[in-house]
Amino acid sequence: MKARTKETVTAYLFLLPNFLGFLIFTSLPVIFSLLLSFFQWDFLNPPRFIGLSNFVKLLGFSFKNGYLFPNDPHFWYYVFNTLFLMLVIPLEIFGALIVALALNQKIKGIVFYRTIFYLPTICSGVAIAIMWRGILNPDFGLLNTLLEKVSSFFHLDLQGPNWLSHPFWARISMMLVGLWTIIGGNNCLLFLAALQSIPRDLYEAAEIDGANCWQKFWKITWPMISPTTFFIAIMSIIGGFQGGFMLAYIMTGGGPGGATTTIEYYIFNNLYTFQKAGYAASIAWVLFIIIFFFTRISWKYGGKLVEYH
Amino acid sequence: MGELIITAEESRRKKRRKEFSRRLMAYILLSFVGVSMVLPFLWMVSTSLKEPEAVFIQLKPWWRNWIPEKIVWANYRNAWKAVPFGRFYFNSIIVAICVTAGVVFTSSFSAYAFSRLNFPGRDKLFFAYIATMMIPGSVVLIPQFALVRILGWIDTYRALIIPAMFTAFGTFLLRQFFMTLPKDLEDAAKIDGCGYFGIYWRIILPLSKPPLATLTTFTFIGNWNSFMWPLLVTNKTELRTLPIGLEYFKSQYTADWSLLMAGSVMVLLPVIILYIFNQRFFVEGVKLTGIKG
Repeated sequence: MKARTKETVTAYLFLLPNFLGFLIFTSLPVIFSLLLSFFQWDFLNPPRFIGLSNFVKLLGFSFKNGYLFPNDPHFWYYVFNTLFLMLVIPLEIFGALIVALALNQKIKGIVFYRTIFYLPTICSGVAIAIMWRGILNPDFGLLNTLLEKVSSFFHLDLQGPNWLSHPFWARISMMLVGLWTIIGGNNCLLFLAALQSIPRDLYEAAEIDGANCWQKFWKITWPMISPTTFFIAIMSIIGGFQGGFMLAYIMTGGGPGGATTTIEYYIFNNLYTFQKAGYAASIAWVLFIIIFFFTRISWKYGGKLVEYH
Repeated sequence: MGELIITAEESRRKKRRKEFSRRLMAYILLSFVGVSMVLPFLWMVSTSLKEPEAVFIQLKPWWRNWIPEKIVWANYRNAWKAVPFGRFYFNSIIVAICVTAGVVFTSSFSAYAFSRLNFPGRDKLFFAYIATMMIPGSVVLIPQFALVRILGWIDTYRALIIPAMFTAFGTFLLRQFFMTLPKDLEDAAKIDGCGYFGIYWRIILPLSKPPLATLTTFTFIGNWNSFMWPLLVTNKTELRTLPIGLEYFKSQYTADWSLLMAGSVMVLLPVIILYIFNQRFFVEGVKLTGIKG
C-alpha cells in the first residue's frame, strides 16, 4: 500500500467514531428538523406534510373585524420577552469589564476574588434558581429584607416589589439573576486575559506624554481589547436569543401570564408539553435564521469597529 | 536645580497617591462584588439550618436571622430521604463520566486526523464541523428527541449518554492545539518506526495535557449541569440526574423552604469543593478556548 493511501485510510479510521456520531446526532438532525418544520407531527400518528402552514401560523397575520391580528400572538409576546431580557446584556458586558479592570490593578488576593466571582458559573443552574427563588420571596427573602434595611436607614418608606408574581418585576428578576451569575464568569476571565496581554510600554509611553487614566483607557485599553469585546458581545447576543429557559422553568414556570417565557421556552413547550414536533421545529428554524442574519450583519459592520493589531 | 528635584519628588509622590487611590477603589469594588456573590450562598446555608416556621420570622438585631436559634441538621437528613438523592448522584456521576470519556476520546481522534494527517476533503469537512457549532441547540435537539423516542431509548442511560458524546466543540478545541505542536517530533518518531497510532498515543496526547484537562473539566461540568436534555428524555424518578432530580424535589416541596435550601446545598457543595481545589483548570481553560480561533 502506498504511503499516501495508508495515511488517508488511517485518517478516516481516526475520524470514524466522531464522524459517525456527529452525522447521526448533529448533521442529519439539522436536515431532519428543516424537513420536520413542513410537517405536522404529534409523535403518535405518522407525520403529515402541511407545506408552509407552520410558518404561516407562526409568522403570519390575518384580518379580523378590520384589524390585523397575528396568527400566533403568543409567539410575538415571547419574542418581546426574549428581547426584553436581552437588555441586560450591555450591563453584563460592562460589569464583567469593570470587574476585570479592578482585578488587573496589581492587587493582592486576585486568586481569592477570581475564585469567588467564578463560583456561580460552575454551580448547577437549578440549585442557583431555587436559591434565588428564596432570596426573591417577598415575605422572608434576603433581597427585600436588605432593601427594607436600606430604606429605613435613609428614613424612606420603600417596599420591595413582589418580584416573581408581577410580569415586569419577574423579567427584572431573571435579568438580575443572569447578571449575578455571569458578571465574574467566562467573560470576565476573557477580559482579564485581554487586559494582561496589553504591552506595558504603551502605557509608559502615554504617561510620558502626560495622559491621564481616562485618556489611557479610551486611547489604549479600549482599542486593544476591542476584539475581545466584540467576540463577547456577539456570543452574548447569540446566547441571549436562545436563552432564558432553565431559570424561568424553575423560578416562574414561564409566568406570570407568560411574562418570562422566551422563544427557547416556547420551543420546549411545543416539543414536550404540546407534543407538536413540527411546529417546534419551525420556531427553531426561525430562531436560527434570526441568529444567522444577526451574526452576518454584525460580522460585516461590527468588524470595522474592531482594531486588530 | 533644587526646584527641579522638588518637582520630581512631588510628581513621584503624586503618582504614588494616585496609584494608591486607584487600588483602593479596586478593592472596594471587588469587595462589594465579592460580598454580593457570597451573601446569597450564606443566606441559603442559614435558611437550610432553620426550623420550617423560623424561616418566616424576622428577628432583631439582624444577625440573629443569620445564625438560627436552633440549628436543625435534620433538614439535611430529611431532604436526602425525601427524594432519592443518592440515586440522582449516582446517575449524574455515571452519565458525566461516560460522556466525558466519550467526548475526549472521539474528539482527540478526530482532532488528530484534522490536524496531523492529510486526506482528501479534510478542510471542507472541518468547515462543516465548525459550521454546525453556530446552529442553535434547539434545531438539533428536536430531531434528537424524536430519534431517541423512535429508538425506544426514553428512560435509559443510552439516551443520556450517547447523543452527548460527539461534539464539534471538542474536535475544534483540540485541533487548534494539535496544530501548534512541532512537526519534527513526529518525523523523528516515524524514523524510529512509530505508526500513526503510536504518534497519537505517545507523542500528541502526552504533549496536550492542558487542552485535554480543559476539555475534560468543561465537558464534565457542562454535562453535570445539563438540564433540558435529561428533562426531555427521562420520566422515571430512578433515571433522573441531579439537576432534574432537584427540580423534581422542588416540585414536591415547593413551600418547604428550609428543606429546599438543604437539598440545594447538598447538590452544590461537592461541586464547589472540587472547584476550589481545581480552579486553575477553569481559568486556563477559558484562556485556551478564548479567541484564538
